[in-house]
Amino acid sequence: MTAPLDVPGKAEEAQPEAIAQAAGARDRGRSLGQIAWMRLRKDKIAMFGGGFVVFMALIAALAPVIVNLLGHPPDAWNQDMIDPALGTPVGGMGGISGEHLLGVEPVTGRDIFSRIVYGAQISMLIGFLATLVSVVIGTVMGIIAGYFGGWVDALISRLMDIFLAFPLLLFAMAMVGVLPDAAFGLSGNGLRIAILVFIIGFFNWPYIGRIIRGQTLSLREREFVEASRSLGAGNFYILRKELLPNLVAPILVYATLLIPTNILFEAALSFLGVGVEPPTPTWGGMLSEAVDYYDSAPNFMLAPGLAIFLTVLAFNLFGDGLRDALDPRTQS
Amino acid sequence: MITYIFRRLLAGAVLLLVVSMVVFAIFFLLPRVAGVDADGLAARYIGKSPSPEAIAAVKERLNLDEPITVQYYEFVSGLVMGQDYDSGTDVIRCDAPCFGYSFKTNTEVWPQLLERLPVTASLAIGAAVIWLVVGVSIGVLSALRRGSVLDRAAMITALAGVSLPIFFTGLVSLALFSYYLPIFPPGGSYTPFTENPLAWAHSLVLPWVTLAFLYAAMYARLTRAGMLDTMGEDFIRTARAKGLPERTVVAKHGLRAALTPIITIFGLDFGLMLGGAVLTESTFSLPGLGKFAVDAIRGNDLPVVLGVTMFTALFVVIANLVVDLLYAWADPRVRVGA
Repeated sequence: MTAPLDVPGKAEEAQPEAIAQAAGARDRGRSLGQIAWMRLRKDKIAMFGGGFVVFMALIAALAPVIVNLLGHPPDAWNQDMIDPALGTPVGGMGGISGEHLLGVEPVTGRDIFSRIVYGAQISMLIGFLATLVSVVIGTVMGIIAGYFGGWVDALISRLMDIFLAFPLLLFAMAMVGVLPDAAFGLSGNGLRIAILVFIIGFFNWPYIGRIIRGQTLSLREREFVEASRSLGAGNFYILRKELLPNLVAPILVYATLLIPTNILFEAALSFLGVGVEPPTPTWGGMLSEAVDYYDSAPNFMLAPGLAIFLTVLAFNLFGDGLRDALDPRTQS
Repeated sequence: MITYIFRRLLAGAVLLLVVSMVVFAIFFLLPRVAGVDADGLAARYIGKSPSPEAIAAVKERLNLDEPITVQYYEFVSGLVMGQDYDSGTDVIRCDAPCFGYSFKTNTEVWPQLLERLPVTASLAIGAAVIWLVVGVSIGVLSALRRGSVLDRAAMITALAGVSLPIFFTGLVSLALFSYYLPIFPPGGSYTPFTENPLAWAHSLVLPWVTLAFLYAAMYARLTRAGMLDTMGEDFIRTARAKGLPERTVVAKHGLRAALTPIITIFGLDFGLMLGGAVLTESTFSLPGLGKFAVDAIRGNDLPVVLGVTMFTALFVVIANLVVDLLYAWADPRVRVGA
């Protein structure tokens, strides 16, 4: 990263070469990324969160392999595990055994562990893609509002206020409800995932937008922007080459913090029955099926609930740590 | 002040218009963009496997063949003046404020919204009281004793609180305090306040606490951050320097300044919630507005979903307005600057 750093040490770095040489080669060219990484490595809680995020991402990516190893496809019914009279898993403990690590579902006998592993795919996929949509829209709108100011800023800011005031969950439910089963050249679960990514991403952009706008407002008054302008740089060049590189840190932090929000959102929609359609396993969908069995098979409810909780918590811990590491105001 | 109120009212009206456009676009424009024709859309508004005659009638009643501007006009004027759903052979009258008509159950949506509002309001008000009291006091205490055991424990709990989906904590609380320890009634039991206030509170304790837990966690984090900022301000130093007791400094100078942004957020959250705490009501099977919408989605009763969405949007706009006015009343700088 060659752009000026937003760290207190910047003034020293800009000093004549003699000082830099005296300081020795070790202190030169330490980028914001390197400083942040050094701080982040010391933050054990954040590193633990980050580790868990990587772990979940691996599980999602390797879901077919993991499930193959254990030999219980997520949609296979294991009726031999179900007490025909009660509809609940046999042998107490919700059917938990060496064979079925987290037990089996009541009635169908589907393996809960396999379904959790496959459910990670949907959560991670929609969480990431929706965040990408929010980040792109939020960054573009925020940077335009902050840089140009005036009526453009007023318009975009008002728009963000309105968006933040919307009953998101109801809107999302309505959209899934009114859209047909095949549209935009997609159908089935492909379409559902696309719709969910769009809805979640589209309605969450103001969170990023506000932060980028605020950062841009203060950045555009800085000397390096003025210098660039006096050298004849156009608006688009300044936005792209001067402002955007300086916004990478906040974008990264708030994207990391938006992913867990979006994962929760997806889980909520699946819980309400407007997410990805069954029998595709989703954590939210599993929880909604577990509603009727919280008394007889608590493992059915605890497994997806804890999966959501731990994943979201890990993202939040990592995001908080990343913010502290990238924020020049927090001194280590 | 009067100019200010007038301007806010005007802004509220504009916001309401924008919101009505967005709601309308979602329900009538979006499906058309996705390639559904007028017949297909009409079929979706009936909600049961419809006959061609029924589709034609609903298409006529909702003016789905007319230009989109005409449809929007009918929709908005229906909200204000009521609407006649004319199929060509007969007319269904929907009185103002017309929040839609369910062709599935052959009922107007508005009376049903009013019927369910008390449930949602009971849930929202009770939870709001708990989360404000708990969240703000924990936030203040954490900020004042920064780095203490209390601060750390509170912030860890808050972090866990914002990471827990409400439909999971709700189920766990039902399992623990209704099934294993039968202290509270199971999900689906709601007694109206007017029937028996004690049973009303008893049936709502679990939903209140579940809902309040999430928000208390958020408000504790917000209050803590706000208090930490405020207590570093110059006017706090001044207040201390003139010899005020610490209690007065914190309560009168610190908290008051730190609370203003919380009021804004609270107004919005509360407004949203009055339109249906969708997840909580679904988890505890409470017959409120949110559950109404969820059941309607499951039963393909789109007019009801439309009605609840518009009703919620109305609450959001009103809440925005109330917050703005409260703000101006509490902080003179706002109305001068506006």
